[in-house]
Amino acid sequence: MGNLTLDKVCKSFGTVDVIREVDLTVNDGEFCVFVGPSGCGKSTLLRMIAGLEDITSGEVKIDGAVVNTTPPSQREIAMVFQSYALYPHLNVRDNMGLGLKQAGQPRAQVTQTVDRAAKMLDLDAYLTRRPAELSGGQRQRVAIGRAIVRKPKLFLFDEPLSNLDAALRVQTRIEIANLHRELGATMIYVTHDQVEAMTLADRIVVLRDGRIEQVGAPMELYKNPANEFVAGFIGSPKMNFLDAPALGVAGKSLGIRPEHLTLSQDKGMIEGRISHVEQLGGETLIYLRADPHGLITVRLFGEHAAEINDRAFVTPDMARAFHFGADGQRLSM
Amino acid sequence: MSARANILRSSAAHAILIAYTVLALYPVVLIVINSMKSRRAIFNDPLSLPTRETFDLVGFHTVLEQGNFLLYFQNSMIVTVASLFFVLLFGAMAAFALAEYRFRGNLLMALYLALGIMIPIRLGTVAILEIMVAANLVNTLTALILVYTAQGLPLAVFILSEFMRQVSDDLKNAARIDGLSEYRIFFTIALPLVRPAMATVGVFTMIPIWNDLWFPLILAPGEATKTLTLGSQIFLGQYVTNWNAVLAALTLAIFPVVVLYLIFSRQLIRGITKGAVK
Repeated sequence: MGNLTLDKVCKSFGTVDVIREVDLTVNDGEFCVFVGPSGCGKSTLLRMIAGLEDITSGEVKIDGAVVNTTPPSQREIAMVFQSYALYPHLNVRDNMGLGLKQAGQPRAQVTQTVDRAAKMLDLDAYLTRRPAELSGGQRQRVAIGRAIVRKPKLFLFDEPLSNLDAALRVQTRIEIANLHRELGATMIYVTHDQVEAMTLADRIVVLRDGRIEQVGAPMELYKNPANEFVAGFIGSPKMNFLDAPALGVAGKSLGIRPEHLTLSQDKGMIEGRISHVEQLGGETLIYLRADPHGLITVRLFGEHAAEINDRAFVTPDMARAFHFGADGQRLSM
Repeated sequence: MSARANILRSSAAHAILIAYTVLALYPVVLIVINSMKSRRAIFNDPLSLPTRETFDLVGFHTVLEQGNFLLYFQNSMIVTVASLFFVLLFGAMAAFALAEYRFRGNLLMALYLALGIMIPIRLGTVAILEIMVAANLVNTLTALILVYTAQGLPLAVFILSEFMRQVSDDLKNAARIDGLSEYRIFFTIALPLVRPAMATVGVFTMIPIWNDLWFPLILAPGEATKTLTLGSQIFLGQYVTNWNAVLAALTLAIFPVVVLYLIFSRQLIRGITKGAVK
């Protein structure tokens, strides 16, 4: 009822390859997040699934049927855009109902469907307003509503939260998660924010330079990254990469998460000087400069006092460290 | 910057703008006030306002009685509005296609369509006349509409394609997912968003068409197809010029332009596009 299969999908603009042989299967009802730095091709991949970009080679299948040349409106998908993309001249009701009207549904049925979606998203009071008269959060809800009423096989989200402020982003994130639970629909979500990816996804697809680096459940990627890139991308604050030869351990670099380091005033494995402290109440982030490793982030729970420029030692919990080779791949230990 | 310098600066700007306004309006005002004066008063004291003694509407009477003024007026109106319609429609369509679709020769096509800006259409007068004779279109308003549409298109395509590029891709894509045809996307999404640009192009296109004397004289000099500018020429003789009538005709000719301009400038100001994206 909502499977997606990508089979050796490629996309090039002229001589530039943007997507290189992506293979992926998304199961019915799954919440799949594409994540990666900007320019990695995640939005292009989403637009290829939507039918807004041509596919250079390979196959996109929805429920087993190849849709390479099917126009977007007939793929039974719905898309929510970063910029909301609401029709400025239509009110909320017409914005949400346009697709159904276009598909030839009777007016009464359109009204009913729109009303139900509006209720779900707390938009009942705004149905006669134009997008210009709504706040950013309300606009994004209208955009989501426009997607819901189509009852699509696939929901596609293209960085839907990027234009919202921090508080609203957290709230809308929860709403999207609830929506997924309620509808049980297949959702594909593109973001560059690894926090969104971790919190929403059933499965995360990490992309770099048009290639899939790793696919897996959020905690799987966190605990078992395949390479240095995924290790650095998943988790916040970012993983530290220490100089392995200087520590006398195998590989080129040793990856250790900030929460798996212990800080001490008088003894430890690595000596450095405290260069910056961030007090967040619940946790304290201490940045330590230590040659030849560079800046090391230490995450301590609770409040901790630390003086800038003080000498300090850190010790990694070696059982939780990752070893990476010169090619960035994880070494099995 | 101090508040004082600010005032100085803004008053200087105002002075310059006011001076320019006066300069621009001066001939227009002169035409309007003199059109309402007697012939003697026009020559004796061209700068004064009409007084009780000098007030005379003889010019307007002459214009409305002599010559088919209303017909000329109607011809001008038909030619201007029709040309304007086609220039804006085809110009916007071409601009949309150039901005929206990736196809081979896109840039070349854009350059080709804009080339007309640099080549005065009047250079082709003889050829145009030959074409019109061959097509049996001499002394028809169609001939004028065709020529003016061709004349206005290059600038329209050039300006509008820049604005079409600014219409949000997401918005067009959302419409595609909703199943709207490319034509409906153009008419219901893109066009309303470039309305201010359309108004600008409209004003630039309209004025030379309304004022043109050259093509009406060559392509449609017949009595039934005379435009207002051409029709007014009957009052300008080689030896005697009926200034009252000329000024009255010009005064009447100003009004429709002002009305069209007001319509367009409202569009320029109206901010209905706000809140579409972001």
